[in-house]
Amino acid sequence: MRVRRALVAVLVAVAAAASAQVAYKRAWPTLAADGLHDPASPALAILQEPSEALSALPPDFAGNLVNWMASLDGGYIKPRSTVLADTRVTLRSTDVLLKRTGELPLVVFPHRQHTAWLDCTNCHDQLFQQKAGGTMINMFLILQGEKCGVCHGAVAFPLTECARCHSVARGSDAEKTFRNLVRE
Amino acid sequence: MTGAAARWRALVAVAAVVAVAAIDATPAAAEYGDVVINRRAERGGVRPVVFPHWFHRIRFRCKVCHSELGFRMRAGANDVLMADVIDGKFCGMCHNGQTAWGAEQCDLCHSGKPGTPPGIQGGNETRGPGRW
Repeated sequence: MRVRRALVAVLVAVAAAASAQVAYKRAWPTLAADGLHDPASPALAILQEPSEALSALPPDFAGNLVNWMASLDGGYIKPRSTVLADTRVTLRSTDVLLKRTGELPLVVFPHRQHTAWLDCTNCHDQLFQQKAGGTMINMFLILQGEKCGVCHGAVAFPLTECARCHSVARGSDAEKTFRNLVRE
Repeated sequence: MTGAAARWRALVAVAAVVAVAAIDATPAAAEYGDVVINRRAERGGVRPVVFPHWFHRIRFRCKVCHSELGFRMRAGANDVLMADVIDGKFCGMCHNGQTAWGAEQCDLCHSGKPGTPPGIQGGNETRGPGRW
């Protein structure tokens, strides 16, 4: 019995250590060990390693472990908006409420964060109509890599992070701040 | 249950936890959003290209490549030829020896492991977990 109790204690300790490591240790594979680069390529002596660039950026626990929005807003990175002289940069800050969410909290789509990175034409009108509520969106499509799933799950935070989109409780005060699905 | 049997069960449980912890602690292979371009590269006698989204988004917003340069937002949807790059289109808009290294530095882009199939790697793919 004493042996068993000791084993259980060891088991709990190992599990705790493992979860602590997963939760707090940010690690990126080296290019030579990422399974994509040829370790024999002469480029590996020249190309920047992900850990060198990403370890300096605000942390996240999904995707590639970087909070890219915080990196941008906090000035940690200053990516260019244009490379051509005559490109017009369009920014927008309207929030849109998506109410067909079954039993989950409602979804808020924030234009500010999206237009900081993307151009209007990246989404409109191929993926989404410009009228709020005018587009059929569901998780089946998203999980298949359509609609939001074109980016989320591939280059933007992944589909495991439900609450980042499903963020407004049904009937809450936050829901009442929207008029006709839109909040300026 | 006998003492010996209980000990065995506990040992198996510990081994399972250690195995799971080892898998969890191993960093993901490819970086999130890495794209391998290899429809023609290896047939043409060079290594596949590895395009790292993480590196580029530190320096350019998505809209630069996906709007100004005309890259469609789906791995495999852009049929980019080396001739286009040399002509200053797509990658060649910056990879021209001025903004970034030029097309004569073959190895820097063509740095992939031979035999790697084309596609987006390191996330759950643009196709999503529905097709895992």
